[in-house]
Parts: sequence; structure tokens; C-alpha cells
Amino acid sequence: MKISRIFKTIFLLDFLSGLIIAVKEIFKSKKTINYPFEKGKVSPRFRGEHALRRYANGEERCIACKLCEAVCPAQAITIESSEREDGSRKTTRYDIDMMKCIYCGLCEESCPVDAIVQGPNFEFSTETREELYYNKEKLLDNGDRWESILAANIRADNFYR
Amino acid sequence: MLKLKVNNIEVEVEEGLTVLQVCEKAGVEIPRFCYHEKLSIAGNCRMCLVEIEKSPKPVASCAMPAIEGMNIKTNTEFVEKARKGVMEFLLANHPLDCPVCDQGGECDLQDQSMFYGVDKSRYKENKREVPEKNMGPLIKTQMTRCIHCTRCIRFATEVAGVPELGAIGRGEDMQITTYLEQSMQSELSANVVDLCPVGALTSKPYVFEARPWELKKTETIDVMDAIGSNIRVDTYGWEVKRVLPRINEDINEEWISDKTRYACDGLLNQRLDTPYIKYNGKFEKASWSEVFNIIKSKFKNADKEKICGISGDLVNMETLYIFKEFFNKTLGSHNIESRSDHTYLNPDKRENYLFNSAINGIEEADFILLIGSNPRYEATILNARIRKSYMKNKTKIISLNDVGDLTYPYSSLNGDIENIKNIVEDKHEISNLIKEAKKPLIIFGQSALKSNSSKYIFESVKSFLHKNNKISNEWNSLNVISENASTVGGFDLGLYKTENGSNKVLKDLENHKFEIVYLLGQDSLKFKKQNEFIIYQGSHGDKGAEMADIILPGAAYTEQNGYFTNLEGILQKAYKASYPPEEAKEDWLIINELAEVMNHRKLFNDKDELDSSLINQINLYIEKNNSKEFSDIKNLNFEKELLKIDNEDYYFSNVITRASKTMFECKKAKTNLKSTGTDG
Repeated sequence: MKISRIFKTIFLLDFLSGLIIAVKEIFKSKKTINYPFEKGKVSPRFRGEHALRRYANGEERCIACKLCEAVCPAQAITIESSEREDGSRKTTRYDIDMMKCIYCGLCEESCPVDAIVQGPNFEFSTETREELYYNKEKLLDNGDRWESILAANIRADNFYR
Repeated sequence: MLKLKVNNIEVEVEEGLTVLQVCEKAGVEIPRFCYHEKLSIAGNCRMCLVEIEKSPKPVASCAMPAIEGMNIKTNTEFVEKARKGVMEFLLANHPLDCPVCDQGGECDLQDQSMFYGVDKSRYKENKREVPEKNMGPLIKTQMTRCIHCTRCIRFATEVAGVPELGAIGRGEDMQITTYLEQSMQSELSANVVDLCPVGALTSKPYVFEARPWELKKTETIDVMDAIGSNIRVDTYGWEVKRVLPRINEDINEEWISDKTRYACDGLLNQRLDTPYIKYNGKFEKASWSEVFNIIKSKFKNADKEKICGISGDLVNMETLYIFKEFFNKTLGSHNIESRSDHTYLNPDKRENYLFNSAINGIEEADFILLIGSNPRYEATILNARIRKSYMKNKTKIISLNDVGDLTYPYSSLNGDIENIKNIVEDKHEISNLIKEAKKPLIIFGQSALKSNSSKYIFESVKSFLHKNNKISNEWNSLNVISENASTVGGFDLGLYKTENGSNKVLKDLENHKFEIVYLLGQDSLKFKKQNEFIIYQGSHGDKGAEMADIILPGAAYTEQNGYFTNLEGILQKAYKASYPPEEAKEDWLIINELAEVMNHRKLFNDKDELDSSLINQINLYIEKNNSKEFSDIKNLNFEKELLKIDNEDYYFSNVITRASKTMFECKKAKTNLKSTGTDG
């Protein structure tokens, strides 16, 4: 056994150094937050609950190109499309199975019109399975609810794209 | 043979090829937009540029004939730079529409821009905007996407034979349009959708329906006419979304008719999904066991001579075969028939109801005589072949009747049967034409075989051809255009009861001699129901189901595996792409189960047993039939008659097309076109 080691053992130096850190931390501000009353900071790139966005004039962005459906590794997205009365390409069905979804963000990545996005919301647990089968209304509703934050997030991330 | 080099590898090719074809033979792929194997060479997209040694400039390979000693280079930096430049020009005016474009995922421009596209555009000017054109109910146009390859124009003028598509303006202002913005007057019009390398011409009924990658593709056979075109059926779940052609050089080359392509939406409408029983003139839903028991008691109480079965136009051969077995073995009746009207049939030899020269043979023919036929409507693809033959050899074509525009020039007689008499008695100039021709082609249409003097027309011409040695093993000039997809199959399996070629079962039916009538997908019978008990088995609620007392819901051609023999006598298998709706079952299964209810014994244990039994039966029949000697029918009575061409309603010819919305639109577009009064 080395002499330094014997010295440390006798005078309990390891124990003391730990104690000093503990005493220091007492005088610092708290790291834990009082969830759900307090919430942590969420990155603009956070991949939470999905939403379908609209343009400023209220027109839905999604054009049913089905790229998100194709790219989805968990095959959680189902889209059916048809021609709307005005001749534009729109979805008649846009379903996401939120339990299949692995929140990888590829749908958001592939969307050419920034229609499907993953917002900052992570608190969407439900009591039944059925509530997690999201349809188009639910997703558009999410989009309307979170639009200001979603738009800000996309703007913040724009520089890196 | 020429010796030349492709990328420093020596290849030997036959003469008369272009540089692009040589590269293809050497296994080097050249990007292209305007070049197409079946069309003339235009050389206007410039995508196929290659470098040829000692040539200072890159060369458009599709238009450059290959010569001895050429050294073609396709993978140099020079070539890549040239192609990138061309691609940049093509993309300069092409909108960034891919996410909303129906061509997305199967677009030539999209694919090739992955290799030769530049990621940023240097084009700062305004992009070109071209107004949409009206091309009828089948083709959706988005002309801003057009890259001026002119494939559609070349197809319309060369293959379809309707020079109604053209380009106006030049350079950037060039626009593809139809004559007076009318829909294309062709039954092959929708092939331009497949030809278009970009999304400028897309399919209107399929607009925004699905993406190519999410469709299940099944390679199968078409049943809309007797040609048996090779098709690919794309399904999304149960729904058949679209039908595309498959290449078969012997039958349909690369084309299919509009009816083949767009009748598929009829598979979704008017379907019979559960068994029905008619009580007091009203249909009520029933279970399978209920209907089977009623049918059993009806059959048990009926005299077997008073039962008849008539099969329809879209029935596959397995079903026809088990239908016949059911009648012969289970019921002990021989009153089965596959013809729906009084068509003349001489079942003595197989060649009497086949297109013996084969579709490929049309191209070799040097004289064509049409008797009572309008091939444009009866067999569109075959008509395209006749046009090809005319374009290639300037074949002389004569029709007994004037049948309107056939997309190629022909001379017509007045339709009098007397002409036939003169021809077979060597008194007409056509007699000599036939004799002198090495490979004449005599085509009988349905109108000739349905006329009163059908027997005289067919048999006299046949013996005339035989006398002049035009029916031999090398070349058989006797050709019949069969009416439906299952016609030849029915005859091969012996589903007929003839008396001198007439339709005995139908005659008896019209005289109300039968008590029970079993209609197997038969919807074109013209008879007034009296006291007959009618069982209808089929896929669609149409004329047959309407007069039925019991309806057995069957499957359509995309919903079951089945063999079909086309008009040349080629056996082809159609594959199951979808499944029958709800309670409906595959047709052969219904008859098999009915036989089990009747006799406590199935006719066949499973589909495999049925298939192998069917194939054996057909092979035996063909072998036996081929060894038969030619028999001449003597004492033919000539009656003076004016042959009328009875133009079938092209867009409404069977249950599926009648249930199809697109076909209705097509018909409407056509009648509107006629009512403008511009076509005289």
C-alpha cells in the first residue's frame, strides 16, 4: 500500500472532500423544480406532441404529399387524399397512432410545407388507448392551440437548416 | 455487324442502331426523356448526351446512328457536365410541384434530377406559366410542368392515329394542346399519361388518390375485351386504384385501351355483397345456406331437361369448367351455353373461332379484309396493330362496310353480302387480291357472325380460303374477333349446344321451354321473363340480377385467380389483386359448395385440383382438335342481305363499365363532341 493512500485513510480525506461539496451545495440555488407547477425549459427542437399547422389565412398547410407517411419508421401515420372542390390536393384523413410513434421527428423533417410539426407539449397522457389515436381534427386543433410557439420554434431553428 | 467501343469495352452490334441503343445493349443506361422505343426519334430533350471520340461537341445519342469504330464514352466528366447543364435548363422552368404532383414517386424528371440535378437554382427570372388544356375526362393537364419532349404528340399521330395533339409556339412559348381544346378522339388516349415523363399529363380519375409506393401491384390479365391485354392492377386495401399496362410484345405491346384502364372504378360500385332472394318482387338479404337450400329444392323438383345454364362475358375458365361439370355431373343436364345471342359457331375445329394469324401476324400481313367488323371498338389494341402494319408496309385494307374512322385509310364496299358471293365465286377483284397476297388476313367481326346469313358468310369464305391454300400451317388467314374475354375459353371447354351453328339453348329459352335458368355472370340476354326461375351469379347488380329470383354474389376479375384464353387462343392467368366484398365468394367456390349441398360431395377438393383438371382438359382438347381434318360444309344457301355493323356501346359493354363513373363521363364527352355539329 502506498504511503499517500495510508495517509488518506487515516485522516478521512475522501470523506472530508465529499462533505465540503455537500456544504457548498447547501448555499446554492435549487436544481429540482416543482413539477407540475413549475416546468423545465424546452428546446425549440423538442419533439413532443404532433400538430398540423395552418397558414395565416386559415388554410390548412398539409397538401397530402404523403412523405411523412412514407418516411415514418414506425408506420404510425395513415393518410388518405383526394381532390377538394376547388381542385387543390388535400387530405381526407390524417391519422397518427401516438402509441406507435417513436417521436423521431422524421415526419417534421420530411414535410415540404412545415405542416406536420412536433410541438413542445409532452403532457398528453390519456386514460384510454383510443384517445391516443389522433385524427385530423385533433391535430389541426393542436396546431391552432400551439401556433405561436410552433412558429417561433421553426423560426429559431431556421438558421441551422 | 459493327464493332465499336462503349466506355472502352468492345461490343459488337447489328447495323442500323442508334448510339443510345448500342449503349443499352452494352448495359450502359443513358438518361432520356423524349426517346421511346415505340415512337419515332425526336431528339429534343438533349438529356441523352454522350461523348464520342474525335467529336468536339457532346452528341445526342438517341438520334446519332452508330458507325464502325466509334468510341462512345458515357461516364466522363465532360458528359456529366453536359447532362447537368441540360438538366438545369429543364428545371429552370419546371415548377417545384413534386409534393402535390401525382407523378411524384414515378417521375422520370424527379429520378434523373437525383443524379444530374444541381441543388440550387441560378434562375432568378420569372418562371413560365402555361394555361391548363382541356383533354377530356381522362387526362388532367398541368402544362406548366411540360418539358416539351413531344412523346404525347408522337403517340397520338403515330400509334393512336388521331393527329389531334400538337404544339403551338416555339422555344419557351411552346405549348402542347389538342385541336380546338377538345378531348382526344381515341380509345388509346390515356396511354399518353404513361408516356409523359413528367406530371404534365396525369390521370384524371386517379387524381390525388394515392402514391405509387403505397399501392400493392399485381400483374394480371385484362378482361374488358377478348385481346387479353397484360395489365398491372394497383390496389390500396380493397380498392382497385388504377390499371396500368404491362409490356407483352405479342399481345398489347405497351398500350392498353381506355376501357381497360379506367373501367376499374366500376369495381367499387353496384356490387353484390350478399345473397338475395326475391319475395313478391322485392329483394331481401339472405344467408348462403338459405339460398343453397332453396336452389337445391328447386333443382330436385325440376325436370333436368328444363334446366339451362348460360355463362357470361367476364367469367374465367375455372368457373366455366366447374359450371359445366356441375351441369353435366350434378344435375345431369347438357343445356349450357356461353353465347348470349345467335352468334354462328362451328365448333368443329378450333381455328373456326380463333384469330389464327395471331396479333403479331398482323404486322406481316399484306392484305386485310374486314367482314362485318369495326376493330376499333371490338378490339382496340388489335386495331392499333392494324394501323402499325399499315404504317410499316402500307398494307391494303378493305372493309365490307363503311365503319367510319378506323385511324388508317381503307376502302369500303357497300356492305352487301352479294360481294361475298362474288368474292368466293371468283367474280370480284378482291378474289384476286386475296389469291395474290402471300399473307392475307380475313377478319370476321361479331356483326358478320350475328347476321342472318352468318353461316353462308363464314363457311363460304372459309372454303374459298382453303381452296386457295390460304389456310395452312404456315399461314392461317382465317381470323375471328371474339366478342368477350371468356368467349374462346367457353368454346374450348365445350359450353355450347349448337344445331347447325345456331344457339339452341337461347332459342329454347326464347320459346320459354325452361323452368330454371342459371345465369353465370350473364347480363346481356335479351329475353322476356315469364315463369322461369332465374338464379343469377355475378359480381354486379345489373340486368341479369334484376330479373333474377336468387342472387349469388360472386367475385370480379381482380378478385380471383383465373385463366382466360384470348382471341388468339393463348392461355393466360389472371391473378387475385383484391378480395370479394363482404359475403361474396369466388365464383368457382360458390358452384363447388352448391354441388356439395346438392349431392353431399364436392366436385373438386380444392382450387389446385380444379386447376390441374382444367389444364389437362384443355391440353387434351387442343391436341385432339389439332389432329382433325379440314371439313367443308356443302350446300350453303345464299340469301341477299345488307350487312349492318352493329356498333356495340364501346364504353358500356359489360357490367363493370356500366357501373363505372369514368366510362359514363367518357361517353358523355363523346356525345357532346358529336352534338357540336362540327364532324358533319
